[in-house]
Amino acid sequence: MNAKLGNRLFDGLNYLLLSLCVLLCLAPFLHIVAVSLSSNGPIMSGAVTLFPVDLNFEAYNRVFSDLTMLRSLGLTVGLTVGFTVLCMVMTICAAYPLTKTELKGRKIAMYLIVFTMFFSGGIIPEYILIKQLHLVNSLWSLVLPLLVNPFYLIILITFFNSIPKSLEESAELDGCSHFGTLVRIILPLSMPAVATLSLFYAVNRWNGFMDTLFYITDTNLYPLQLKLYQLIMNSMMTDQMQMEGAQIIQVLPESLKAASIVFATVPILIVYPWLQRYFVSGIMLGSVKG
Amino acid sequence: MENLQAEIPRAGERRRLGLAKGAGLYLGRYWQLYAMLALPMLYFIVFKYGPMYGVTIAFKDFNLFQGISKSPWIGLETFRSIFKMDSFYLALRNTFMLNFLDLVFSFPAPILLAVMLNELRGAAFKKISQTILYLPHFISWVIIGGIVYQVFATNTGMVNLFLERFGLGPFPFLSDKYYWLFTYLGTGIWQSAGWGTIIYLAAMTAINKELYEAAEVDGAGRLARIWHITLPGIRSTIVVLLVLKLGEMVQIGFERPFVIGNVTVSEFSEVLSTFVYKMGMETGEYSVATAVGFFQAVVGLVFILTSNYISKKTTDEGII
Repeated sequence: MNAKLGNRLFDGLNYLLLSLCVLLCLAPFLHIVAVSLSSNGPIMSGAVTLFPVDLNFEAYNRVFSDLTMLRSLGLTVGLTVGFTVLCMVMTICAAYPLTKTELKGRKIAMYLIVFTMFFSGGIIPEYILIKQLHLVNSLWSLVLPLLVNPFYLIILITFFNSIPKSLEESAELDGCSHFGTLVRIILPLSMPAVATLSLFYAVNRWNGFMDTLFYITDTNLYPLQLKLYQLIMNSMMTDQMQMEGAQIIQVLPESLKAASIVFATVPILIVYPWLQRYFVSGIMLGSVKG
Repeated sequence: MENLQAEIPRAGERRRLGLAKGAGLYLGRYWQLYAMLALPMLYFIVFKYGPMYGVTIAFKDFNLFQGISKSPWIGLETFRSIFKMDSFYLALRNTFMLNFLDLVFSFPAPILLAVMLNELRGAAFKKISQTILYLPHFISWVIIGGIVYQVFATNTGMVNLFLERFGLGPFPFLSDKYYWLFTYLGTGIWQSAGWGTIIYLAAMTAINKELYEAAEVDGAGRLARIWHITLPGIRSTIVVLLVLKLGEMVQIGFERPFVIGNVTVSEFSEVLSTFVYKMGMETGEYSVATAVGFFQAVVGLVFILTSNYISKKTTDEGII
């Protein structure tokens, strides 16, 4: 009987603590949403914590009427899609030949790739390279330097290697070229890995900020994260926004920032549930040693 | 074995057809693979090895107009000046300090969370809580920075509002360096603890279920089972991750300290990556910034190789 009681106590405590952790994860988001939807008075007086007080959509009105914000969003969507497709094509093109143990030069290529995982020139030489290639203020500067992620490449090589070799051999006997084997046999069997890595590439580009800060100075080309950074960290921009236009209804910078944060987070929240099953399996793929 | 068998006919072919023809045959057979590999390799050479050549400017009096190759060599002059800079040592100290504190406080968090999740029986609650716990990992540091500045603000921030209800605070979470450490560490845990559970949960699924049943028969309580079965079951995972973490002591991401840090706490928030950014991008001291980056990369490489060596010795697992 005593053991049973202890068991129940343990379960109860466990549920309680985990619920608390979950709440802690959600609370900051709830607060931001609450601030973005509340009126100035309650925000100023400190009445807004987890729920909106005195509902007010003015901050969202401002965000959605800000064309530069919408442009940043559109640009980031396009950039992310294009980036992901290019990265996947390049990663697949690199991974498939590197699974062929009989390919001459394969080992050298592997060493060259793996070395870059542990040593890099650093951000300043990278910046100088981008500058010398005249890629500053070009969206290519956010794509080309990140085309193949060595970690993801190794994950993909490991996955390709787990596909039975006999399948490839029979395809080759039937007269399939290497390229044909890749497209007709290997890739259809690799969709889980391809989906996972695409997700990782896409998330990296969507959330990427450092390179945008370095390479993009033209405000017309600001991706969402850089736009947000300027908005959140440099209150200059919000002051500017508030001075614009005749229909000045005062919106607190706090509220405006919160609405912008929600604006930039919602796209992730929308796709997130569909992607979840992929990224868990992706981590598992990654933990398999190559 | 496979290799040998593939080798033998090819060697025969070569003798028969002569070396040149053999090479032609080989290329005829494999040109598609080389063609596929060409662009990715070009990428690595240009965008990874190109900057490694650019490191030479740490040893040069670099000037953007003369370019990398034409700038004059000055040997170790830049390094000498760096090792005289107080701000460099500050950034170095902070990098170690923040990484060490992260190791102490953030490293155990996912282990604890994973144990708790593993003990859950209800599949629905487990799934929901996992989904929510993973979420912060997918939020960019810019957005997290924005959230942090709102949540921890002194007057309108949620945390201080709550604390004030209990008659505490307000605390200067963002402007006092010691409180800021708490903010930095807490944010890190918030962002990564849930995501970090995945690998431990995976390791836990590999533990033999019969062990738990046997322990239960022997009268071991839940805590005893966690202590004697679950934790030893994931020990090698813990050790590998710990050692790898130690190997990354000099590496520090740019975005987290950059967006959470601010001028008032720069005494703690200035780390090597932000120092390089300020030196290079803001002040235009390319040679100094590159030299600091090079120092960091070399020391980092030594750390990683050492930790990998230790990891292989202790658990037979490593990254290389």
